[in-house]
Amino acid sequence: MIRVDNLHKSFGDVNAVKGVSFTADDGKITGLLGPNGAGKSTTLRVLYTVLTPDSGTATIDGVDVVTERQAARARIGSLPHGAGLYPHLTARENIAYYAKLYDMPGDTVDAAVQKVIDQLDINDFADRRTKGFSQGQQTKVALARSLVHEPQNVLLDEPSNGLDVMATRSLRERIRELKNAGKCVLFSSHVMQEVAALCDEIVIIAAGQVALHDTIDGIRNATGCEDLEDAFVKAIEMVDPTAEQTA
Amino acid sequence: MKTIITVFMKEVVDNFRDRRTLMSALLMGPLFGPILFAFVINLSLKQSLSNADESLDLPVIGSEHAPNLMSYLESNNIVIVDGPESRSAAIDGVANGEHDVVVLIPDTFGENLANMVPATIEVITDQANTQAERETRRATRALRSYGQELAAMRLTVRGVSPMIMRPLNVDEVDVSTPSGRSAILLGMLSYFFIFALLTGGMNLAIDSTAGERERGSLEPLLCLPVKRDHLIYGKILAACLFMAISLSLSLTCFHFTLKFMPLQELGMTPNFGPSVVLIAFLLLVPFALVGASLMTLVASFTKSFKEAQTWVSVVLLAPTMPILVVSILMVRPSTLLMFVPSLSQHLLLVGLIKNEPLNMLHVAVSVGATLIVGALLTWVCARLYRREGLLG
Repeated sequence: MIRVDNLHKSFGDVNAVKGVSFTADDGKITGLLGPNGAGKSTTLRVLYTVLTPDSGTATIDGVDVVTERQAARARIGSLPHGAGLYPHLTARENIAYYAKLYDMPGDTVDAAVQKVIDQLDINDFADRRTKGFSQGQQTKVALARSLVHEPQNVLLDEPSNGLDVMATRSLRERIRELKNAGKCVLFSSHVMQEVAALCDEIVIIAAGQVALHDTIDGIRNATGCEDLEDAFVKAIEMVDPTAEQTA
Repeated sequence: MKTIITVFMKEVVDNFRDRRTLMSALLMGPLFGPILFAFVINLSLKQSLSNADESLDLPVIGSEHAPNLMSYLESNNIVIVDGPESRSAAIDGVANGEHDVVVLIPDTFGENLANMVPATIEVITDQANTQAERETRRATRALRSYGQELAAMRLTVRGVSPMIMRPLNVDEVDVSTPSGRSAILLGMLSYFFIFALLTGGMNLAIDSTAGERERGSLEPLLCLPVKRDHLIYGKILAACLFMAISLSLSLTCFHFTLKFMPLQELGMTPNFGPSVVLIAFLLLVPFALVGASLMTLVASFTKSFKEAQTWVSVVLLAPTMPILVVSILMVRPSTLLMFVPSLSQHLLLVGLIKNEPLNMLHVAVSVGATLIVGALLTWVCARLYRREGLLG
């Protein structure tokens, strides 16, 4: 379970996140939705402890991400922006490298890597060097890498960026499987349809603040818009009236 | 510790598969030194091995005015050949490199000699042409000694001992051993070795920091439940390994190529046997930690692989500075100088090649100081890796 409470973070003069609070429960897929520059990535980066918040707190399964960084990191599997694989290593070696860094016992690494390779269906290219992999293949390997230690909480930053229809569909299936296994999945996107197709709960973020936090039907009711895209735009305008002009 | 080993192993495997790293570690660093060195040696052989036994062809204008001088020159193994027609033609000929040196004897030469007036002889040469320097020196030396012989004869005729003209007898005693002479040239070697060492780890240092950020693999790596210090230690150690490999290849390469260089003809007997190779390796290898941490540090500040390459190349030049200053000032090794990394390695290596006994205090200070500087730089790198701004 991930809990974020009144998070603030600024870079110089730019207030990227201004008091974001929400909770993402186990066994649910929570979508972090917002336009570019809304503060989604900053919030996620605070959660996987790459950034330190100026104020406010965030906990992973009750573990504070600021005071107990290392323990918090051990509880998450994260897929930051872009895959970031090592091109000279094979897919299997990329995954095994992370498994070892997650401090898995040496004799369990191979089995765990094979298990996640089976789960994500990447046997076909598991022993090829990742140089020249397609975007979809790269994302799958990166996802496998972040799931190899079977984390309770999974953070995905715009995972479907650059994926084709087939790859997106298979990614969605994997995310649903995680949910069915009782994991807490938090993922960010700027595409309403994507979030709607997958999420149980949606947190709409705009201008560094939470505009709405509800189910899809709840968002339709709150904004009075049947069309999801209209609802999205209206929710954003509630906290950031200038959004339409600047967009 | 486990993390450090995991990162170290991954970087080693990764970089052994990277052609760019392999090229610089196993090919460029080790080969650059020997090839350049062989080139310089051959060049200086050509320059300084002026065999006095080889005859010199000397173009002379107006040789008919000084028949005695001509036969004196010929007896000194100088072959007189006909020079250009006129003085201006000779000047042009020397200027455009047609002749290295031309001697001009004016038609008043014989008359002046007879009247005991200093008789002018012109030696036309181009001082900027280093090739001609040797021939010019030989020609002027022969002319001077002819002049001295004439002077001695004139004095003898007047009943004065020619010794009166030589109040001093300056005799230079050269105490340099053959190995010592070679050290001047072989002093260059220490830089080649340090250069080879640094190029060996250069790509790895860049790739594991700026490259990792550019590829987008740094952020997920930092999300892992590991200490960032351990990540950077593993990376620096991997760079050290590549540097050590490059250094040992470079030393071995020199061991073999020196056998094919005609150093004995230059009066040099370089001391570069297998045991010296091993000791040289042990003396130089502590510098790998300084090199690896310094390069990692510099690369951490840059935004991209290209930018990192530019800045890290500057690091390649940094160790030359102390070596250069010391070579120019001809400083003798002292305990104080052993505190300066790269300089201490240079001085120890030069001593080793000169066949001087190793000063164990100097070795201890050099190794200790170098490792401490390296550890400090590594610590600074680890501090930098804790910064938020690292992700850029």
